[in-house]
Amino acid sequence: MSAAPAASDARAIVRIRDLVKEYRRGTVAVRVLDGLSLDIAQGDFVALMGPSGSGKSTLLNLIGGLDRPTSGSLEVDGLNIDQLTEGSLGRWRADHVGFVFQMYNLLPVLTAERNVELPLLLTSLDREQRRKRVAAALQLVGLSDRAKHRPRELSGGQEQRVGIARAIVTDPTLLLCDEPTGDLDRKSGDEILTLLEALNDEYGKTIIMVTHDPHAAERAHRVIHLDKGTLSEDHA
Amino acid sequence: MIGVAKYLPLLASSLRRKRLRTFFTVASILIAFLLYGLAQSLQYALKSGVDVAGADRLLTMHKVSFTQLLPASYESRIRAVDGVVAVSPQTWFGAWFQDERNQFPAFPSDPEAYLRIYPEIILPEDQKQDWFADRGGALVGRAIADLYGWKLGDQVPLKSAIWRRMDGSDTWDITVRAIYDLPEGGDTRQLVLHQEYFEEAKQQAKGLIGWYVVRVDDVSRAQAIGKQIDAMFANSPYETKTSSERAMAQSFVNQVGNIGAIISAIVAAVFFTMLLVTANTMAQSVRERTSELGVLKTLGFSNGGVLGLVLAESVLVTVLGGLLGMFFAWWIGIQFASTLEQYLPGFRVSPATFLQSLLYMVALGVIAGTVPAWQAMRLRIVEALRRD
Repeated sequence: MSAAPAASDARAIVRIRDLVKEYRRGTVAVRVLDGLSLDIAQGDFVALMGPSGSGKSTLLNLIGGLDRPTSGSLEVDGLNIDQLTEGSLGRWRADHVGFVFQMYNLLPVLTAERNVELPLLLTSLDREQRRKRVAAALQLVGLSDRAKHRPRELSGGQEQRVGIARAIVTDPTLLLCDEPTGDLDRKSGDEILTLLEALNDEYGKTIIMVTHDPHAAERAHRVIHLDKGTLSEDHA
Repeated sequence: MIGVAKYLPLLASSLRRKRLRTFFTVASILIAFLLYGLAQSLQYALKSGVDVAGADRLLTMHKVSFTQLLPASYESRIRAVDGVVAVSPQTWFGAWFQDERNQFPAFPSDPEAYLRIYPEIILPEDQKQDWFADRGGALVGRAIADLYGWKLGDQVPLKSAIWRRMDGSDTWDITVRAIYDLPEGGDTRQLVLHQEYFEEAKQQAKGLIGWYVVRVDDVSRAQAIGKQIDAMFANSPYETKTSSERAMAQSFVNQVGNIGAIISAIVAAVFFTMLLVTANTMAQSVRERTSELGVLKTLGFSNGGVLGLVLAESVLVTVLGGLLGMFFAWWIGIQFASTLEQYLPGFRVSPATFLQSLLYMVALGVIAGTVPAWQAMRLRIVEALRRD
């Protein structure tokens, strides 16, 4: 069990209490997260570090509502998401969370703008409104001139920018990034980190970023280490 | 509709993923629906004859076979039967024009009786009188006149595959005296000669005719009148069998219909194979896109939404292939209309067939996509994202 690392004075947008996650491997239950408690303040930029298998991605998945905890409570922006039904959780994700993946996870057959438009298909926006939102998101990540390109026609860094545009196009409360620079060279990685910093500083997005890379973690305001299912913290 | 339309680029892009595989799948569906369209067109052509056949008309023919002839003397005896309005002899002429492949139905008949028996024939009065007055004249259906470019007054050297003239020639010079039409959908691919001229000029089978067409005054008595006619000639060297024109047409269709049933069975087998091909394609497609489906769910697409997307993709494939197949079936009907007109008038994709095919396309798409869509729906996001 680890004590809840204190959030800053700002309101906690993520409140985790006694979070346990176990997986079953055959007949054996493997405890990945062991009673975690954690607060993350609104507008914070948090780096989640730790060795492979430490449960970083599992924690990120739980915060993003992609998986369910075995026990404990998980509150995001005042909502207990572990109590939501599958359908409600999907709608909640669409409205409140933007995901950025290590491998970008763009749909290869769609152009950059169609990829960015995907989350907006679930909204009631009409075609013109969607077009404007997509254009704004692509402009923000500096890829307006690549809107009609397919992922294979883009560099890794550009693909990740499209991934970020897709994550922010719905103006979510939380941005969850799983090793966003893990598949990029240093220069492209730095550009992505600068972009994330800007989203945090200028647009007030709360960012939780899983990373192995200490260089990437330096850009965060707060670095949390996860090892063997428990937390410890550095202050940036 | 607008709600669904926004997903179309996503659906269409799925078909571009593996273009060769999509091409082969669509091609297999195309062929299945092409076969279906052609088979249904054939059935439609065969059945159209039954629909126009009159219930108040009887055919009296030789009891053994319609290829056996009957005495011409029967005509007056049949006419004397109570309830008979008109009687006309008819004989299969075996007509062709210029080339033996250009065959069409032609019958020597009694002109006035013929028109009384077929009141649906549309014919200007002056042409009718011209035909009655000229024993060498012929009544020609619009379809034949148009096909060979015949006009009123044209002399036509008609050939017969069966009948020779007294001089041994198989060429029968006739004059086009009247051109008839029929109400919408009627088959005007027929020619009628004067029975008198035929009887006088033919070399063989004098005093014999092919069969009689009889019109009765009351449809409800048609069966009884038929029995009465047959009873009159029972135990004679030329016993008869009388049935309604519609029953005759139906019995012909039933015989040929067996071919239709075989074709339908083949089409059903092709459909089943196509179903397996499409289901396999969709299953492969879903397997390959596991992580993408995981991403869609991550973005907020519900389980039902993912199920709907995969089903819609499957239906899109079957509808695309199906529409192309039905288009080609329709196109073949148009392209070969003139050739087929001779043997299968009315061979075409009917609106009913097209609507039915649309239902099949959607149904097959849904059936083929059900298992892959179910699997996609049940994907757990975390597991799906792990598979790359």
